[in-house]
Amino acid sequence: MAWRDFENAAPGAGWMIAFWILAIVLIASAMWVISASKPVYSVVGLLVHFTALAFMFITLSAEFLAAIQIIVYSGAILVLFLFVIALLSSGVAPFSAGPNRLPKIGIPAVALILIALGATVYATAHVSLQTPAVISTSGARMLSTVGFAGEADVFGSVADFGKALFTVHLLPFEITAFILMVAVIGVILLAGDQTPYVASRKRAVAVQRELREAILRGGEE
Amino acid sequence: MSGVLPVAIANYISLSAIIFFIGVAGVLLRRNPLIMLMSIELMWNAANLLFLAFARVWLNNAGHVFAFLVITVAAAEAAIGLAIVVTVFRSAQNVDVDEVRTLHG
Repeated sequence: MAWRDFENAAPGAGWMIAFWILAIVLIASAMWVISASKPVYSVVGLLVHFTALAFMFITLSAEFLAAIQIIVYSGAILVLFLFVIALLSSGVAPFSAGPNRLPKIGIPAVALILIALGATVYATAHVSLQTPAVISTSGARMLSTVGFAGEADVFGSVADFGKALFTVHLLPFEITAFILMVAVIGVILLAGDQTPYVASRKRAVAVQRELREAILRGGEE
Repeated sequence: MSGVLPVAIANYISLSAIIFFIGVAGVLLRRNPLIMLMSIELMWNAANLLFLAFARVWLNNAGHVFAFLVITVAAAEAAIGLAIVVTVFRSAQNVDVDEVRTLHG
């Protein structure tokens, strides 16, 4: 019995229980993220959130994206957050505790959020989405097949995802590369060496000397 | 075989909306820029959950590709946002978003 046998059977209660447990964990950890007193605690909450979301992706047959979720978010982005927290927390305490000082904005904002949330939940409870059976009889094309985990070409597998990524959806993939390049250049410009770029080495030495003298003059004032 | 979900799609939409609005509340109500950035990550993830739920319902992995794109954009956004936080801290010795108001005019 494969772990993904709900494809062939009636929707099982096990998946529903998994969904509700994961939903509770997701909401609780998200609340923890925005209400924690220190950013480090928020990072821990975010770690729980991302991991639960990866499990949620597995229940949606998105195995490759579950792995990506763990690797990119839990592995890269959270470590980046931890580095910045460690960097900014050394010596001084730049973070002020407590909530925002703007209750005038905060209270209407929360009211608006609750109204929008209620409207969304109400709308989704009353919307009648077409079922895939209806879609398939109306002639829409299903791009992938459903099958057991571990088989090569089932929906959501690495092979299936890779085929889509490099054939039909090649443009989004290339845009991804461009976005990453923009991010790298932007981060280097923002957080890198503060010395201005100059073309010639002789001129660079002069600019550096001027900068040093300016800093010294600034210190004397 | 059909693409029927074990859980109704409305549940996924509601869950995604709840997480998204928790993220919105975090951005609006906190003044620590790191926690604001983390709240933005929550919002990206809510969008991703919806992409994957609909991809599963329609059995079309375009949703997977765009969730991949969203993850990349989120990573780039986090990197640039944290670089801005570090730069602001370097110049102002303070990263309270209510205190940093040089550009406010």
